[in-house]
Amino acid sequence: MNSILEYFKPKKWVILGGLAFGVLGALLVNWGNPGNMGTCVACFVRDITGALGLHQAGVVQYIRPEIIGFGLGALITALAFREWRPRGGSSPLIRFFLGAFAMIGTLVFLGCPVRLLLRLGGGDLNAVTGLAGLVFGIAVGVFFLKRGFSLGRAGKTHPLVGLIMPMILVGLLIFAIFETTKGLDIIKTSESGPGAMFAPLAVSIVVGLAVGFIFQRTRLCTVGAFRDVMLVRSTYLLSGIIAIVIGVLVTNYIVGNFADGGLVVNGRDIVYNWGFENQPVAHNDHLWNFLGMSLAGLAFILAGACPLRNFILSGEGDADAGVFILGLIAGAAFSHNFLLASSPNGIGTNTVIAVFLGLAFCLTVGFLMRQKA
Amino acid sequence: MIEVDVRGFSCPIPVVKIQKAIEENPNEVLIVVTEAGVTRENVSRLAKSKGYTVKIEEAGDDFHIQLTPPGK
Repeated sequence: MNSILEYFKPKKWVILGGLAFGVLGALLVNWGNPGNMGTCVACFVRDITGALGLHQAGVVQYIRPEIIGFGLGALITALAFREWRPRGGSSPLIRFFLGAFAMIGTLVFLGCPVRLLLRLGGGDLNAVTGLAGLVFGIAVGVFFLKRGFSLGRAGKTHPLVGLIMPMILVGLLIFAIFETTKGLDIIKTSESGPGAMFAPLAVSIVVGLAVGFIFQRTRLCTVGAFRDVMLVRSTYLLSGIIAIVIGVLVTNYIVGNFADGGLVVNGRDIVYNWGFENQPVAHNDHLWNFLGMSLAGLAFILAGACPLRNFILSGEGDADAGVFILGLIAGAAFSHNFLLASSPNGIGTNTVIAVFLGLAFCLTVGFLMRQKA
Repeated sequence: MIEVDVRGFSCPIPVVKIQKAIEENPNEVLIVVTEAGVTRENVSRLAKSKGYTVKIEEAGDDFHIQLTPPGK
């Protein structure tokens, strides 16, 4: 018994943080967000991209306040714990394209690694195929890391550089508030589809800030978890990730999301079920769920962090993480403008070529950007 | 004593470098120089898992992490 306690003690906070995030992620659906999509960094960045008119997919346009909360929560936490350090200059242009291709990959699967965990805890077994692809992509990335892959050193920079991304988030928050209270012509908001399903603004922003705090303190990262097991045999982050899935699963059962009529959002009954069919905002093309997440996993590992962790880092003053996020936005626009993204009906017209282009880019970066010594 | 300067490298590159340094110099004391709190935590965790003694000193904006192999 004592040895079990000794094993869990150093992991106490990362496990508690993971559980808390899992509970909130599940509940956000009951508070209004789309099914199995309490939070999804890729989907929500894509929705913001649409709200700004950078793509025209009318069903996925909304300024998601959770995203704003992640970055600003991390900023406040980093300032409070004296960890805010403005920095940048580690291959920003490479990071931009890694972000773009990571987004393209996640939108083939229909979810970033964060939503993958929520889908697992909501009974969507397509997430198992996605997880297999994600772990495969991460393994390829770890192969490159062991060979000496690196995007190079970042340097200290002017505080203004580290404040650009937080200022963009504040700007988005202003848009979100005006959109909700007055209606803003320049901002688009979906009238149907996932973009029209959202929790109240105040709930979303408060949960986002809390998640920003949790992830900044625990260093949780949804791809780092698997990478650290392969690279240094450390299960520290993985224990937090497992806690997220447990938190989601237990919450979904307790609040009745698996029961008929248990989860009614905007008059629509969403019933979670175990299986591959009839899953909310998902498709069951297994090959492309696998390959999409392989691309995403590899791109995230080469960039050093999952999309949520990149938002945390950008809040901590990391301008390179900010460039990665701008890449995510560009990738979301490409995905919908060039018909690369999947829909519940299956993959897009041009998905195949985009995924192979992305894999070719990531493999080239992985093989060539190698530091000796 | 071997110094490994990992300033400016973001996660997980510092850990990869320290792991390599430990493998190549199993009986040496290592001094890791970093400015990042995350690197401080990750490197300490890695070294402790290998039985090293970890001592951290603040030096201006940086941390100097002294890693002493077991039995030294």
